[in-house]
Amino acid sequence: MAKTPIPLRKEFLKGLWNDNPVLRMLLGLCPTLAVTNSAINGLAMGLATTFVLISSSILISLLRKVIPHQVRIAGYIVIIATFVTVADKFLAAYLPEISKALGPYVPLIVVNCLILGRQEAFSSKNGVGRSIIDALGMGLGFIFVLVVLGSIREILGSTTLFNIQVLGDWFNPWMIMILPPGAFLTLGLLIGLGNWLNERKVKI
Amino acid sequence: MNLLLLFISAAIVNNFVLTYFLGICPFVGVSKRVSSAVSMGLAVMFVMTITAAVTWLIYHLLLVPYQIEILEYVSFILVIASLVQLVEMFIKKVSKPLYDTLGIFLPLITTNCAILGLALFSVLREYSFIESLVFGIGAGAGFTLALVIMAGIREELELSNIPKPFRGAGITMIVAGSLALAFMGFAGLISM
Repeated sequence: MAKTPIPLRKEFLKGLWNDNPVLRMLLGLCPTLAVTNSAINGLAMGLATTFVLISSSILISLLRKVIPHQVRIAGYIVIIATFVTVADKFLAAYLPEISKALGPYVPLIVVNCLILGRQEAFSSKNGVGRSIIDALGMGLGFIFVLVVLGSIREILGSTTLFNIQVLGDWFNPWMIMILPPGAFLTLGLLIGLGNWLNERKVKI
Repeated sequence: MNLLLLFISAAIVNNFVLTYFLGICPFVGVSKRVSSAVSMGLAVMFVMTITAAVTWLIYHLLLVPYQIEILEYVSFILVIASLVQLVEMFIKKVSKPLYDTLGIFLPLITTNCAILGLALFSVLREYSFIESLVFGIGAGAGFTLALVIMAGIREELELSNIPKPFRGAGITMIVAGSLALAFMGFAGLISM
């Protein structure tokens, strides 16, 4: 696409802030909101999504000349669904508690628009190396938002962070933060904060 | 009577958008005008009902007897994608005006996580065939309800003076938070 290739470092960093999947592109909002009632759940979800994103990016960028253009979306979805099944069975076998907490949101990674979006916009047009870098950057950007959101909600909602008490007894936990409305409110404020920082030209 | 409770539970008490966070993408994307919100809602409800029936049949008549439940996600998403395609062709043939109203919203439904979520929940909760059907209609009705309310609020929001960083997605999320808060009022209505 681009005439002059973008340096790999930039390809990696863009996912972290400038094109952050959640805050800037509003992709993958369902899991972002649903599983961030604690930091550890957010981290687990972020890691599972990143695993699926990187694996499917590798496979799809390898197969990009083989898959016919007309059926590419169906092809991508089958590949993604296969890796999601792997991630789901892995979590259920080795981390049963987290698997239980995340519930149906692990299989729902299949329809996470972040993953399909990256395949369509990036992996289907670029080589393997570049696609891995892109997927890694996007995945880390996703994990970053999920952990921040989970931490804020866990600290205010249950006074702990990664299950360690951080606020004393003087603090009356805001129950609302770990319930659905808290997810919407916190993400709304985070998106606003992201836009505000961006306007002030905070570059990394 | 139980089916009625199931319907109300799926539509209002455990609203798909506001308590399970399913279908957030169209909820943010297509909630700018009430008219398009109604069309989208109805299209989703239609697909949800058919999906509930077809995925139930596939899971219980194909995957379970042959012990290939591991293919659950792959087969469900393929069924949903082809179902959306079929529904699109069918509507185009039968009712051209309806097809024009729904327009681009139909293909978008494939990536709506509420549809796959519905299929997964029906399996997880071991619903019977009739129960999954009612669950599908209820969830679709709840989705339409949330989408239309949101679109109504957003039409008003356009006239108000919102701080610049919050315009668009930011304020939508915060309004959705208040809506979720209001829907929590129904929480004690039915315990399922």
